[in-house]
Amino acid sequence: MKAIGLIIVVLVGALLLYSTEDFPSWGDPASPASVHVAAHHLKKAIPETSVPNVVTAVLADYRGYDTMFETSVIFCAGLGCFVLLRLFKKRDDDSYYRHVATGITLHIKKDKIPDASSEFERIDTLWTPYDLIVKNVCRILAPFVQLFALYVIAHGHHSPGGGFQGGVILGASVILIAISHDMRTALGRISEKTVHILMAVGVLIYSGIGALCILMGRNFLDYAALSRILFTDKIEARSLGIFGVEVGVGITVMAVMISIYNNLSSEGRQDEGL
Amino acid sequence: MSDLVVAVLGKYNYWLYIILMMIGIYAMIAKKNLIKKLVGMNIFQTSIILFYVSIGCKKGGTIPILEHSPGHHMVEPAHYINPLPHVLMLTAIVVSVSTFGVALALALKIYRKHKTLEEDEILMQLRPE
Amino acid sequence: MIWELDLVILILVIIAAIGAIQVKDLLGCAILFGAYSFLMCLLWAIMGAVDVSFTEASVGAGVSTVFFVAAVFRTTRRTKD
Repeated sequence: MKAIGLIIVVLVGALLLYSTEDFPSWGDPASPASVHVAAHHLKKAIPETSVPNVVTAVLADYRGYDTMFETSVIFCAGLGCFVLLRLFKKRDDDSYYRHVATGITLHIKKDKIPDASSEFERIDTLWTPYDLIVKNVCRILAPFVQLFALYVIAHGHHSPGGGFQGGVILGASVILIAISHDMRTALGRISEKTVHILMAVGVLIYSGIGALCILMGRNFLDYAALSRILFTDKIEARSLGIFGVEVGVGITVMAVMISIYNNLSSEGRQDEGL
Repeated sequence: MSDLVVAVLGKYNYWLYIILMMIGIYAMIAKKNLIKKLVGMNIFQTSIILFYVSIGCKKGGTIPILEHSPGHHMVEPAHYINPLPHVLMLTAIVVSVSTFGVALALALKIYRKHKTLEEDEILMQLRPE
Repeated sequence: MIWELDLVILILVIIAAIGAIQVKDLLGCAILFGAYSFLMCLLWAIMGAVDVSFTEASVGAGVSTVFFVAAVFRTTRRTKD
């Protein structure tokens, strides 16, 4: 198998290397890809949408359909992970508790699980030592990570960033809590049900803004239609429409990242993680 | 001689991208571990994204974020890097991570059933005695 | 755009890719794959694709590595090739 693979790879590689002869030379400003449509987008981005970051303008306005269905693909990936992995059966092993004041670990047989109290804290079966520094540093860091993520979403018009990046960073802040504490803490902050509702809400916001444009008498995802309810001119309305769409994308991406992590790291039980 | 140098300087980036792409496809064909196959798939994916982004690159161009002042003047497109490939590839990256998550979920399912991730051992188990 | 820097990082990317598919331990593979993603993000930053490199830095080098480590933790580190 290795030899066949190597032969195929060498042949395909030689073919591709031969075909590079016809490419324009690397970084050529007059290459065919850069002269027609891209020039139009660069010239018209500010007069038509008032968004200086051309990538955001093209992503959410000129190619709005594309981004909407990419968001749906991410939503479907989250659902697929959930359907593949989620187990609703409770793990019937024994459980471990830690006495908060002294740090003594208790091993409790099943059927005798005590009520939740402030003196005892449930810990994972794959026991890891209690680490004060890691827990507290991550807890202090998480709000700043979230603030940065909100900045990335909201400032995507003027600097690199936008819904996709900000959503991933927001999801990563929750994953950070889940890794540094345990999964129960993270699920206490944002439960599985909330995550799945948010996954759908993001796509709904995106397509809802599109449908609102139809109701206001214009084409799907033509944000200029929103100028009547936002009380601005058409160009500002496009800018605000792009912002609304980015928020929807950010919510979906955040929820999908959290959902995939929770299902992967707990093998679908969603009780204890890494 | 100088023609050859110009040709090499203009094209060597593409050659290295193709080498990267071939590393990915070789890992997908020849490696037996399922996770290694996924890594190969991701390397293949990123090399194609790299190729697309390099199409939009312009020598002497700046990043595609325009100046936003009240009396804005005409934008000269030759001074800015082509933003279109960036848009296409930005969404492709985020979709690639979610499909990677689904692929890892499938690998977890296979491990739960067969207790191994090696392709040949799974085939041995599936073969009727 | 500095072509010397570009060439050095491209060669490092290829070394990281070969390392990621040759190493005999899946946890090492995960870390090398994260390094590969981060070098790729540097390459895009050099090319001026700031949005793409930002996405890759947060997605490829961040969340993707976490997923990978989680999957390896729940399965096995063993690999034959």
